[in-house]
Amino acid sequence: MEVNEVFDKVKSLFEDELGIDSEKITMDAKLEEDLEIDSLGIVEVVMAFEDEFEIEIDDEELTDVGTVGQAVNLLHSKL
Amino acid sequence: MTKQRVVVTGLGTINPLGNNVIDTWNNLTSGISGIDHITLFDASDLPVTFAGEVKNFDANDYMGKQNARKLDRSGHLSIFAAEEAIQDAGFDLSKPLGEDFGIVFGTGIGGIGATEDAVRVYDERGSTRISPLAITQLMPNSSTGQVAIKYGIKGPSLTITTACAASANAIGEAKRMIEQNIVDKVLVGGTESGTTSMTIGAFAQIKALSKQNDEPQKACKPFDKNRDGFVMAEGSTVLILESESSAKDRDAKVYGYISGYGSSTDAYHITAPSEGGIGALRAMEQAISNADISKENIDYINAHGTSTPANDLNETLAIKSLMNDYAYEVNISSTKSMTGHLLGGGGAFEAMASLLSMKNNQIPPTINLNDSDKDCDLNYTANQSVDKNIDHVMSNSFGFGGHNAVLIFSKE
Repeated sequence: MEVNEVFDKVKSLFEDELGIDSEKITMDAKLEEDLEIDSLGIVEVVMAFEDEFEIEIDDEELTDVGTVGQAVNLLHSKL
Repeated sequence: MTKQRVVVTGLGTINPLGNNVIDTWNNLTSGISGIDHITLFDASDLPVTFAGEVKNFDANDYMGKQNARKLDRSGHLSIFAAEEAIQDAGFDLSKPLGEDFGIVFGTGIGGIGATEDAVRVYDERGSTRISPLAITQLMPNSSTGQVAIKYGIKGPSLTITTACAASANAIGEAKRMIEQNIVDKVLVGGTESGTTSMTIGAFAQIKALSKQNDEPQKACKPFDKNRDGFVMAEGSTVLILESESSAKDRDAKVYGYISGYGSSTDAYHITAPSEGGIGALRAMEQAISNADISKENIDYINAHGTSTPANDLNETLAIKSLMNDYAYEVNISSTKSMTGHLLGGGGAFEAMASLLSMKNNQIPPTINLNDSDKDCDLNYTANQSVDKNIDHVMSNSFGFGGHNAVLIFSKE
């Protein structure tokens, strides 16, 4: 799967599951500041990624994930 | 320091009769039932298929999907009712209410719907798929915390869970906070949204619910000979309580005084009222004493009046023991005949009904009261509202566990 395809899936997941406005969802958007995903929301996001992409994500892998782009790159590397 | 008198300066509500105070009051005094067939889920397999549901409310439209999905339905209803009450009291919604404001909420079963959802996910998919929002939605203090966050309430907070007496106790405890000068304003709420398949099934198991599925609007008939149980309902009602001096300083509109509070425990049975309603009677006596009035000063009793055989009989006996001959004169009514039983939200709703009754000098009726029960022979204001000058109202709330909370509201 190409990076832009992963982004499209992440974008629709954020929009449909979490109710986030689609125009806010860019590769540079910060999860916490721009998309208002708090610590509980991050757990939801990870669960949604795991279900959507049929992968497992460890907590340590999230340490450097602060933007949509970083999340997309992590997912891309695991597919 | 002198003891502060406590007034109510704001009201807000969302309930089976209306999504604001005015619609609710108009429907209450017109004798309209808010009870109907269940629409929130498929109830066809349950022994009871009707309830008092909130209508025409979409939390996604109200607060946006991203916010709405973080809260249980009880949280949605609490935030909605609080907004109307805060505005009604004349506070600016765009500014935090701050450290001078306390918050007390009453609920019976909190976010029970979120509990049920989480258990289903756990059973089907295991612990790692449980929503991280489950705990913050299901905890009984969820509404207290979410309303405080939304409106910036930073004073003392309490959540009271004395079943169906919860929000009457909440009002009473908030009254004490203000009287003791702990804080001069308290947002008090009562919320329940427990109309789920499991809770209706469980209440039906203990024979507490009416099973008159064919005619939902006629099922709740407090004090009637053919009453066969209560009707589950959902909703939230919020009151702004304030010291009299604070209200005067702000030149605030005043609905009335909360002049008396009594609270007692049956220590008898976990669901049945004590014989002759003697536990409830003690709470009524305390409330009247606390209000420093005599029994004959009470013009209207907003009864607990659940429509169960045991409650309505024992509440009647308690009122007779309390008032003797005057028990046959005083107007009594059960607004639950129209709303259904709001459980932990009932005390706050009925406080609102009592205050509006006093302000408008009009008593809402007990609807569906057509066949008199020889043991329930008081003046229950059957089927038609009554216009009458009202200076003092007593409101009764009793809960499983044997909890009794009684409030007195006064015009002056």
